[in-house]
Amino acid sequence: MLQPLIDLKNISKSFDGQIVLDDLSLTVKENTFVTLLGPSGCGKTTTLRIIGGFESPDKGQVLFDGQDITQIPPNRRQLNTVFQKYALFPHMNIAENIAFGLKIKGKSKSYIQDKIAYALKLVNLDGYENRSVDSLSGGQQQRIAIARAIVNEPRLLLLDEPLGALDLKLRQDMQYELIRLKNELGITFIYVTHDQEEALTMSDTIVVMNQGYIQQMGTPEQIYNEPENAFVADFIGESNIVDGLMLHDELVEIFGAKFACVDKGFGTKQPVDVVIRPEDIDLVEPENGTLIGTVTHLIFKGVHYEMEVTTDNGFEWLVHSTDMFPVGKKVGIHVDPFDIQIMNKPASEDEEAVGVNE
Amino acid sequence: MNKRLQKKYLACPYAIWMAGFIIIPLLMVVYYGLTNRSGAFTLNNVLAIASPEHFKALCLSLLLSLISTVLCLLIAYPLALILRRRNIGHGSFIVFIFILPMWMNFLLRTLAWQTLLEKNGVINGILNMLHLPNIAIINTPAAIVLGMVYNFLPFMVLPLYNVLAKIDDNILFAAKDLGADNIQTFIRIIFPLSIPGVISGITMVFIPALTTFVISNLLGGSKILLIGNVIEQEFTKGSNWNLGSGLSLVLMIFILLSMGLLAKYDKNGEGNAF
Repeated sequence: MLQPLIDLKNISKSFDGQIVLDDLSLTVKENTFVTLLGPSGCGKTTTLRIIGGFESPDKGQVLFDGQDITQIPPNRRQLNTVFQKYALFPHMNIAENIAFGLKIKGKSKSYIQDKIAYALKLVNLDGYENRSVDSLSGGQQQRIAIARAIVNEPRLLLLDEPLGALDLKLRQDMQYELIRLKNELGITFIYVTHDQEEALTMSDTIVVMNQGYIQQMGTPEQIYNEPENAFVADFIGESNIVDGLMLHDELVEIFGAKFACVDKGFGTKQPVDVVIRPEDIDLVEPENGTLIGTVTHLIFKGVHYEMEVTTDNGFEWLVHSTDMFPVGKKVGIHVDPFDIQIMNKPASEDEEAVGVNE
Repeated sequence: MNKRLQKKYLACPYAIWMAGFIIIPLLMVVYYGLTNRSGAFTLNNVLAIASPEHFKALCLSLLLSLISTVLCLLIAYPLALILRRRNIGHGSFIVFIFILPMWMNFLLRTLAWQTLLEKNGVINGILNMLHLPNIAIINTPAAIVLGMVYNFLPFMVLPLYNVLAKIDDNILFAAKDLGADNIQTFIRIIFPLSIPGVISGITMVFIPALTTFVISNLLGGSKILLIGNVIEQEFTKGSNWNLGSGLSLVLMIFILLSMGLLAKYDKNGEGNAF
């Protein structure tokens, strides 16, 4: 069983009267890759900065390996941060940048030399010791920033949208590098991003945040396949979110049609939110469909076709399929029971404020 | 074809300006400095710096401007650091307050210090009222240093503030994150990154301080002669333009030397505030 490394207890933080984090509690286990995911302004970066020691919470405690570190300044915490814009020291060369933390700790020259060589090899930049920061590309600078952090052998590495400034191809390469690094080094990663694909690719655990609250925490599969509320469903991947009426266990009514599902315990005749992923919708001949609609839009996306099917009540269903149905064709909509995800409607105003349109 | 020509014509006013107000006067100083009154070539005017009174004035000038520069740096650096920490709006307002005296006439400001520092001046009046011992720094080198620091401080604050404000907060966070405390962060990160500003601040305080004669005239009485006073007197009272120009050339060499020395440390030339 993995031990908890970071324990956030009832953290609250506001800036200028604006609440950023509200009574947030979160446990991060040792040797896991945890991603804080959410739109900008959701409090994910503030959470990271509180763990790093660059912000102090208004209320609550930060425990590191069981010790309260809430009041400990960042330079005395056993963790390191990789900043969004690399934050390399521009007046030092690459070797000096990497050596910075070790020199502060008073390590010997030969130890530092070995560490620099090791770290550069780890991030695939051997031989870059004497290069200047300016002469490196964004991706290379980011890898140096990672090398600079990991030579200090932190138990926890915090990464604040480290790939945000890189182009798509480089970002994907770096994602694999980060996974490899995490596995090789065996240290805990806490990663902040607003990019859901990045989160799904790299994480052991995803924490979806919005407006200072944790919306859902789970493995990438859980987050994607079983979103707990409309916000998570909408933020992670594309989805159709529709109003439904839970008739009884395992049967839900959508736009007057009855769909079999696998969800239980929602009561009878309860209004619910229903999430159906676009790839889970099967388009069939009209007579075989539960609902009937017309294809109104068709785009070829490479891996699949993206179609919009408008049903009689005017709702536009987003459908991904490898089969092509031309615009104007009448089709039937069929969904397998286990592909239907039922969620409670937001009960309180607080949850209502979460909104799905961000 | 005419576009390029037109652009060339645009540069004409500047070329005329440079020729008329910089190059020709400079050549005239060189001509006067290297000739005697009858127009014959001589090095005597330049070598006159070796005479005891001139040499003493030069040494005193170098000493006082060095002290003033160091004092300006010591006062301005913490101030610039404080300004950096404030958010932009407040910071620039405070910078504005510090530049405000520069809008007043330089002579007026220095005369004000004369009035303040006089034997029966404002400061001693207040000290008397409080039954405290009087100060007697008017007509001493200390008063000259005070005048230099007061007048030239903004020229140190601005370039320092400029370079410090450009340092990204994340770089300082990164230093902290890697284990550096506040002092280590200052020594290893903030100060090295501010060197261009330090260099241009030093240049902009040291050079006017070295050549000033107004401050030493007003606050030093007529007893203390700086090299600037000597040169001024050769032009105004002694009407020996040749000697004055010769000594100016020597001073110019000192200025060029100090600028060359400083330029070696300011590789990127980032610190130029104006």
